[in-house]
Amino acid sequence: MNNLSPQAETEVTKQCYHCGNDCLDEQYHFDEKEFCCIGCQSVYQILSENQLCNYYVYNNNPGKTQSDKLSHYDYLDEPKISAALVDYSDDTISIITLYIPAIHCSSCLWLLEHLYKINSSIVNSRIDFLKKQVSITFKHHELSLSGLVIMLSSIGYEPVISLQDVVKEQNKVSDRDLIKKIAVAGFCFGNVMLLSFPEYFGLAGFEYQFKSFFGWLNLVFAIPVVFYSGRDYFISAWKNLRNKVLNLDFPLALGIAIMLIRSLYEIISGTGAGFVDTLCGLVFFLLIGRWVQQRTYHHLSFERDYRSYFPVAVTLISEGSEKPIPMDELKVGDRILIRNNEVIPADTILMKGDAVIDFSFVTGESSPVQKVLGEIVYAGGRQINEAIELEVIKPVSQSYLTSLWNNEAFEGKRKKINTFSDTVSRYFSVVLLLIAFGSAAFWWISSENLKAWQSFTAVLIIACPCALALSSPFTLSAVLSIFDRNKFYLKNTAIVEQLARINTLVFDKTGTITAPEGFKISFEGDLNYEEKCLISSLARNSGHPLSREMVKWIRINEYYPVSSYKEIPGKGIEGMVGKKLVRIGSASFLNIKTANTDTGTVYIQIDDHYAGYFSFRQKWRPGLKELFAKLSNSMGLHLLSGDQDTEREFLLPAFPWKDQMHFKQSPQNKLDYIKALQQIDKKVMMLGDGLNDAGALKQSDLGIAVTDNLNNFSPGCDAILDGAGFEKLPRFIQQAKDAIKVIHISFGISITYNIIGLFFAVQGLLSPLFAAILMPLSTVTIISFTSIATHLFARKNKLT
Amino acid sequence: MSILYFLIGCSVLLALIFLIAFFWAMKNGQNDDTYTPGVRILFDDDIPLKTKSDKDH
Repeated sequence: MNNLSPQAETEVTKQCYHCGNDCLDEQYHFDEKEFCCIGCQSVYQILSENQLCNYYVYNNNPGKTQSDKLSHYDYLDEPKISAALVDYSDDTISIITLYIPAIHCSSCLWLLEHLYKINSSIVNSRIDFLKKQVSITFKHHELSLSGLVIMLSSIGYEPVISLQDVVKEQNKVSDRDLIKKIAVAGFCFGNVMLLSFPEYFGLAGFEYQFKSFFGWLNLVFAIPVVFYSGRDYFISAWKNLRNKVLNLDFPLALGIAIMLIRSLYEIISGTGAGFVDTLCGLVFFLLIGRWVQQRTYHHLSFERDYRSYFPVAVTLISEGSEKPIPMDELKVGDRILIRNNEVIPADTILMKGDAVIDFSFVTGESSPVQKVLGEIVYAGGRQINEAIELEVIKPVSQSYLTSLWNNEAFEGKRKKINTFSDTVSRYFSVVLLLIAFGSAAFWWISSENLKAWQSFTAVLIIACPCALALSSPFTLSAVLSIFDRNKFYLKNTAIVEQLARINTLVFDKTGTITAPEGFKISFEGDLNYEEKCLISSLARNSGHPLSREMVKWIRINEYYPVSSYKEIPGKGIEGMVGKKLVRIGSASFLNIKTANTDTGTVYIQIDDHYAGYFSFRQKWRPGLKELFAKLSNSMGLHLLSGDQDTEREFLLPAFPWKDQMHFKQSPQNKLDYIKALQQIDKKVMMLGDGLNDAGALKQSDLGIAVTDNLNNFSPGCDAILDGAGFEKLPRFIQQAKDAIKVIHISFGISITYNIIGLFFAVQGLLSPLFAAILMPLSTVTIISFTSIATHLFARKNKLT
Repeated sequence: MSILYFLIGCSVLLALIFLIAFFWAMKNGQNDDTYTPGVRILFDDDIPLKTKSDKDH
């Protein structure tokens, strides 16, 4: 609660009471409070009417800006769609879980759990903060699902409803399963240790009556550890054997089995104490290692595809009436209505209306495209003008966009990352078996059958690669958490090893190496003070980012009244400022003939007099030049862009490799480019941001999605990098390489332990006590060495 | 010394009860969300609303 801290407010700009943005125009006052827009003000009004103003007490300016318009939600009342979304429903109540990206502070939590104060039909609402989910129980006779969603949107918490929500994934179950197994193994391990201590310290004569009792009890504890907790190792070893692969699970499963058999033999025959303590400890530590390796980011998804970008339903026009239908029921020949700001779900032909479509997410080209009647409109574009009517010509799953995902090149070809421990285990198992059989044969030839049996089992027990199996997970998961702190999120631990092998980098331009906001503005022509006022007065009426930049650039706080204002999306704005007609926009809008087709150019016309043009250049991310310089020492760098090549000369100072810079690349081009690099044995890492890069990200050896807002859509990838961490890329790669070094060293350590143990084991001299000490000792050494070394390297790489 | 049989039985039983309690907690989803309850408990039932004068400077 930081409501006592002084608010940083300058005298010139006031902060919005709701969202904390600067109030550009001081039009919105309510209750003596300032708001940046009508949206923020109306949220405040709703909350104050319902006595929910405590929302503003827990945090200053807790809201998110409300300038976006509301979408249509009628489709949620279609029984088919709502049935797929709702978790539970009976005669009176329904429970639904909604994903709300806007959840970010304790005020959100408080407000969303007090929804019942706004609408009494809401029985209960619970938030899962880290997953940004709210689970709402409501009476569906009094409040429809669309009503609920509209209410949430009206207070600034618009849920994201996408097809991938409908296809709910249940990956939680396996996590719980593992924890249960760890609990059982830990329980047995503790008890077995307790029962084994008397054996370690030696039993006095009169205590011998307990010996077999302790032994039998130990065996009872060993059963669940082997057959429940350790089950996965047997299954995995068996599966791999059938596929003729020797992985690390094979010697582990063999070790567990031999330990159980030898313990059974010793305890039943009363010849020894068995190895149950070592067995339980082994399984317990192994499972902990497996658990550490499983890191889940609740707020991120690496498996997103077009389904989470597309709407759940689309408005169908049949016989003059509009009806929402689920996406998968859309057929070729259907006529659909796309409203302002909606996404076009399939390849279509424009039938009616004025289509201005923003394809930035598909092609990377940042300016909207105008389409004429009868033209084909590809899926994935967002209509930014009035409503249009379209006829579907291809099913959703076969559109130009979705076919990139369904490309058969990816089918069945899951990226297989060959990890270090995979490579080692192949040789390890063979060597282990050779030693075991070798020593058994030696003693058998010397006709000491008991020694042969003892040495054979002892070798397999002592060489059980517990420390080896733990060195990778602990090192890599430490790296993952270091990356996590630096806003670089990896899908799994194997990605770290892949990152260390990369030798070629391919960058997308827009959104990846460009900064998310801010332009470099320059003006060609002369403007006097009055003209500046005219332009600024007109441009401040528009919400377009370029208009806003212009107003900021001119920086004059004197405005003239504007009448008959008109904004033509994708073209420009015009209006009467005082007595003068001012028009601002593209060359075609102003009928100016020019060879310059650059979309970053905005022309100014005042009363038929051409006054000059603004040119907007995107800003690069900070430190881009140094980043390229640093990376180019050890890697090949390539740049692909969907845009026109007007930026080429501005990029050259930072990116001097002319031949490796390509413009006007379609999504398919990008994918092919990566493929071509891979064919000359390059390990390619692709950095991209949009749907247009999705194919390339998937094809590359390591696909990284760069995003400036983690809540936004990012395409399926192996890792997600927050734009703020972009500069650190060379350090991430170095850290990954260092991590591999750590794994190699810890492998050396664990082999040393194994050799010490084997020295005794081949002689048949392995005592249970010795095994019970050596196994945990090596495990603890490995765990502490890997985590300390990884963090030391992180400090060296300045990644703390 | 036969009392040891009884005592060991007791200790195993006790440990077993804790194990079952843990399973029960898992099943109820007590470990699913370890963050939100910690924030939730800090909310007062109703904070008396501050007057406008002391909120705005």
